Amino acid sequence: MRGISKSFSGVTALDAVDFALERGEVHALMGENGAGKSTLMKVLAGICKKDAGQIFLNGMLADIETPKTALDLGISMIHQELSPVREMTVAENIFLGKEPCHRFMGIVNTGKQRQITRELLGALNLSLDPDLKMRALSIAETQMVEIVKAVSYNARIIIMDEPTSAITGTEAAKLFEIIYNLRSKGIGIIYISHKMDEIFRVCDTVTVLRDGRYIETRPADQLDHDTLVKLMVGRQISDMFPKKNVRTGDVSLAVEGLTKKGLFRDISFKARKGEILGFAGLLGAGRSEIMEAVFGLRRAEAGGIRINGKPVRMQSPRDAIRHHVALITEDRQQKGLNLKGSVKDNITLVNLKKLSRLNQFIRFKTERSITDTEIGKLRIKTRDHRQLVHTLSGGNQQKVVVAKWLLTDPEIIIFDEPTRGIDIGAKAEIYKMICELAEQGKTVLMVSSELEEILGLCDRVIVLYQGRISGEFERSAFDQERIMKAAMGNEPLLIHN
Amino acid sequence: MSEISNWKKADTFFSKYGIYCAFLILVGALTIAFPPFIKPSNIVNVLRQTAVNGILAVGMTFVIITAGIDLSVGSVLALSAVAATSLAHPGEYPLILSLLIGLLVGCACGALNGVLIAKKRLAPFIVTLAMMSVARGVALVYSSGRPIINLSDSYNQIGGGYLAGIPVPVIIFLVIVLSGVFVLRYTRFGRYVYAIGGNELAARVSGINTTRILIWTYVIMGALAGVAGIVLSSRVMSGSPAMGEGYELDAIAAVVIGGTSLFGGVGSISGTVVGALIMGVMDNGLDMLNVSSYWQQVVKGAIIVLAVLLDKRSRN
Repeated sequence: MRGISKSFSGVTALDAVDFALERGEVHALMGENGAGKSTLMKVLAGICKKDAGQIFLNGMLADIETPKTALDLGISMIHQELSPVREMTVAENIFLGKEPCHRFMGIVNTGKQRQITRELLGALNLSLDPDLKMRALSIAETQMVEIVKAVSYNARIIIMDEPTSAITGTEAAKLFEIIYNLRSKGIGIIYISHKMDEIFRVCDTVTVLRDGRYIETRPADQLDHDTLVKLMVGRQISDMFPKKNVRTGDVSLAVEGLTKKGLFRDISFKARKGEILGFAGLLGAGRSEIMEAVFGLRRAEAGGIRINGKPVRMQSPRDAIRHHVALITEDRQQKGLNLKGSVKDNITLVNLKKLSRLNQFIRFKTERSITDTEIGKLRIKTRDHRQLVHTLSGGNQQKVVVAKWLLTDPEIIIFDEPTRGIDIGAKAEIYKMICELAEQGKTVLMVSSELEEILGLCDRVIVLYQGRISGEFERSAFDQERIMKAAMGNEPLLIHN
Repeated sequence: MSEISNWKKADTFFSKYGIYCAFLILVGALTIAFPPFIKPSNIVNVLRQTAVNGILAVGMTFVIITAGIDLSVGSVLALSAVAATSLAHPGEYPLILSLLIGLLVGCACGALNGVLIAKKRLAPFIVTLAMMSVARGVALVYSSGRPIINLSDSYNQIGGGYLAGIPVPVIIFLVIVLSGVFVLRYTRFGRYVYAIGGNELAARVSGINTTRILIWTYVIMGALAGVAGIVLSSRVMSGSPAMGEGYELDAIAAVVIGGTSLFGGVGSISGTVVGALIMGVMDNGLDMLNVSSYWQQVVKGAIIVLAVLLDKRSRN
């Protein structure tokens, strides 16, 4: 792949990236969240169209327009989120869309289908019953079926996007065996993962991307853990972060021993007025889940929450709102907005009771003027308050969510991935807003996968790994590499300064 | 240039008010084909014929805006009718009691639907399909399968009477429409109905008690089915356990023709009223034109598809 560029509605995701894969090679693609790894691979697999650049296969210029052409050229992608047809069998899934048929009438030859499936499974030393329904399989087994499916297309290149993010250690070992097996057959594998130990265990070569740009390619045995981390994060933090030193006040939020099986365990932390407390960690480390438990959207099994010293019960978002807690959710389309509603309907939704006579009859004039004030204050780019939210850009949608919650006059504000998918300009405005909230003495919790914004904004950062706190750093002791290490699970110490 | 922009203007106007235009065109066409159609007496007639479906359709609008559906309204209508008429024989109980019982039965069915849907998280389609069968069954058991006749004059006045020259069912319909518009547009409850249909999870995150709002939505639907049952039974002067069959589909059709999205979050009572009127006008007009009732069904289906196509175009 040479000079691949891609941008999404004006935001550059890939900027002239080069990438080369040898036959029979396991090639790791590394970088932070948002570095462009997945986008690059989606371009290769025909899921995204590239804006510029060329792709060569065996030295020949290849024109990959759709997932179908990619498959025909021998490129298969195994996604992080698997989507098999759960009510169909293993064999039916593998042959979906290319069922072997009898010569007449196009009746599916199930015997042949089963037999070929068995052969394919055997070739990879897998013992799965081709007649099992997909829903009976574990995630790891589902993944195996996906790999077999890729092989059944005579794949020459298999892309694996975070294949071990949802499987156990022993299952991963089995996966690595399969990878070695595929490699010995001359199949090239592109391996995306955040887990360093895996990279050094299975990969021959490593390519690092950062901010949509190609950084470096090196043989894995010429790299060590620390060098790799440095390549991934090594950048200067600009003055996008108008951070001021705020004298922090009393503890406003104290979380003690919060536990929910399978999601997070024994989470304790305190946050003060005027403090911006960051939560770092990889996807799936349990950060959002913890915030949802603090907000009452998810019930914890054990542990307690205190607000201003008083124990509170968070059983629903209503409890949280009553205690002046706001949650700006990670996924604004799923949890944050009514996309079919107008800007006004969304901004005033939480506060509607206060805007109504007798709690029921909406005061339209007040509602409109409050909405207009918020639109002006947050500089939301919208025609007027009646514009439907789904027609706004990502950054403006995010501002609508923020406006909605600031109207509730919150004391504790949780931002979950506040800048995901929004452009630089809107990002800077959100950062400014977060800093101003802290200056006003509010408590801000911020979950982010972008280390840059954690380092730029937070007074303190708590690092999570697999649902547990794996590190805590004061601003004076911020160290990108150590935070990254803690996020990857090998920094067991707590560092206080 | 200006011609194009004029066309564009006309186009946006049409897509915004398309259903209202279609209604006017339909009325115009029927008037040309059969002038007596537009006589006031016939218009009153159409309104009276539309009232029962219209009342149901107002409730159905609420339900569908929450992204739900209620298939049980026809059966609940019958159960309410049977319950109310069984207490409406001359000289037995005061009129108000039979009306209250009729309403209450409707509310109870709606509440049960709502609890199963909102609290137990069952699919509205399934819950109300079950209620459709149960309510019809209870109505048959209670009435031993026979229509309840010999009703008091005061009961029959509800469906057959006039107030200031306007049939009482039309007045009831009008009051319900205006209340529906008011609740949906001007109250917090109405706003929450839209919010839940637009994105239930986001509504819950925003601190809305979605369970309570959903239950109330189905209670309102049940109550209106009760009202419709009373109006219909008093109009035909008997409470039959077989009445109201297929009415749920007419109500849904009126709502959909009126531009309310089956996916929830979008819709209006005014659209629904026009939807119900289109169906009423067609029934009436095609009758007057001596179109056979078999063909009427074909035309009705075609109109529904046309209306939804029009609506889809206006959304793009």
